Amino acid sequence: MAEHHSVSYNLDEQYTFSPSVRRVTLISIAVGVALVILGIVLAMFGGHDAHGGEHAGHAAEHAGHAAEHGPTWLKRLFVNLWINNVYFTGIAVCGVFFVAVQYVAWAGWSTVVVRIPQAFGFFLPIGGVLMVLYFVVAGADMLHIFHGHGFFHWTLDGVADEKSPNYDHVLAAKAGFLNTPFFLIRMVIYFALWYVLFLMIRKRALREDLEGGLENYDRNISLSAVFIIFFAVTSSMSAWDWSMSADPHWFSTMYGWYTFASWWVACLATIILAAIYLKEQGYLPMVNENHLHDLGKFMFAFSVFWTYVWFAQFMLIYYANIPEETSHFNEIFDGFGGMYKPLFFVNIFINFVFPFLALMTRESKRKMRILKLVAWTLLAGHWIDFYLNITPFTLGADGGIGFMELGVIAIYAGLFVFVVGTMLAKAPLVPKNHPMLEESLHHNQ
Amino acid sequence: MEQHHNHTESTFLVGIFDDEDVLMSGVKKIRNSGVKIHEVYTPFPIHGLDEALGYKRSFMSRAAFLFGLTGFTCLVALMVWTMGSDWPMNVGGKNYVSVPVLVPVAFEGTVLFASLGMVATFLTVCNLYPGKKPFLFDNRTTDDKFAMAIDVSKNKLSADEITSIVKNYGAIEVSTKLVQPGDLD
Repeated sequence: MAEHHSVSYNLDEQYTFSPSVRRVTLISIAVGVALVILGIVLAMFGGHDAHGGEHAGHAAEHAGHAAEHGPTWLKRLFVNLWINNVYFTGIAVCGVFFVAVQYVAWAGWSTVVVRIPQAFGFFLPIGGVLMVLYFVVAGADMLHIFHGHGFFHWTLDGVADEKSPNYDHVLAAKAGFLNTPFFLIRMVIYFALWYVLFLMIRKRALREDLEGGLENYDRNISLSAVFIIFFAVTSSMSAWDWSMSADPHWFSTMYGWYTFASWWVACLATIILAAIYLKEQGYLPMVNENHLHDLGKFMFAFSVFWTYVWFAQFMLIYYANIPEETSHFNEIFDGFGGMYKPLFFVNIFINFVFPFLALMTRESKRKMRILKLVAWTLLAGHWIDFYLNITPFTLGADGGIGFMELGVIAIYAGLFVFVVGTMLAKAPLVPKNHPMLEESLHHNQ
Repeated sequence: MEQHHNHTESTFLVGIFDDEDVLMSGVKKIRNSGVKIHEVYTPFPIHGLDEALGYKRSFMSRAAFLFGLTGFTCLVALMVWTMGSDWPMNVGGKNYVSVPVLVPVAFEGTVLFASLGMVATFLTVCNLYPGKKPFLFDNRTTDDKFAMAIDVSKNKLSADEITSIVKNYGAIEVSTKLVQPGDLD
């Protein structure tokens, strides 16, 4: 298209992670810490203030347990850190997955935005180290702060030992997979695989900027294919480990896909928000409503996909009505005085009904204002999804949404933006020697 | 897709293009030169051509939504009526009318009504019916050429002026075609 060539872009432009933006991320972390402290103080002195609808009997029973299970607020803090760590790690690894998919699909349209998800991958080592830490300290209670009652019930001493009073024949049968050492080994393997393959892809991508040619691109296609194969397995397995095993008696074969869908939608929402932010700051002038339209289609389509998986899992369990399976939904729906019931409906509304109607028309996917609104909503929505899959089964009546939850979200959001912003500034925003760049610059919907 | 109900034959100029990109930039420039283009015929869909021709968004997507909504409503009504009043059945002790059970049926109904409705709408809008004789400005538009049809009577410029503009912006040839009433229906 002849007239397009007359528009020339500065392809060497780099993002500057300015001190003022850096300060905002640090303030977010500081505010988060302050909120967490406020939440802890309220929890210690105000009793169970952050949630209502708790049965008096439950509270009394719980008071008896508190002494032998360690401080409740500490467990709640760690469960929150865990949820956010799983959530943001998922967004990071899905960023790498996005990059990999573009390579193996020979995708052209996305070339001008692909550096954004590429920067997400740098959160992985932080997520990995923190996750090991949280698991050792609170998930499995290896330091005996919680008297053996880590927030993962299956880590309790003696669950697989017939002579122990803690013996649980269901967990004993699963102990070959669900045991602390193997869990940690798997966790390390997931992170190592993801991060090493990500670094290899990143290295080739940056070398392409200097060398040009097709060699690095072709090599990245192979590396991406390897990553996708590993990710297909590890995304499911990490979902069983990090989220499904919070309710260890229960299992669902849909769970891996379901968790992946949640991560993926959150990742797409983050990419959209980052792209729009950069555009608003005057970067990425070549990203126009056509690229945003495609990203919006992704977000719309995978919200529907999430719903499909969520519903497929729910409906089969609902129809079959097997007690072992319904217990999971029963606990969310009716457990603990029904305190999680409103969120159960919020989850479906915010992650399906709202994006489905808001993004249905073509025009809405091309307007930054609507995309921003939906992306922010979905980020909150999928956090709720993870919250609902972990909190009722680890904290039960001690859960809730209060200052502590908001604080931990603020800490993680600040940390994630800090890492991604720092790394985004280290390379040009557009891969100038990418063989599909021309196609992306002329992308038309 | 514009309808013409003249009772006399009309004269069209047909510009032939052999390159998609030349056509795309040509359409904009030809329109900017004051030529009113009747339609462009292409062997495959070209992204952005509708926009370049200044077409408004078609109503098809809204029609799809309404068909889907109709299907959704009909099938939910059918389920609620059969299970709730006409022939309630006990399935695994569930409520006779329960929301999760309605979802798959409502979904299928939405998809069925939307797809069949869209096929019918499309055929109607495009005047495609059994026995329809297709009218082509140029047979090569089914192969590898792009044809731009311009109704001379709808333009202020003369046929010669239009011809030179269209050639100037990339047409490899421009011919005249007489169109009988009804051809374009």
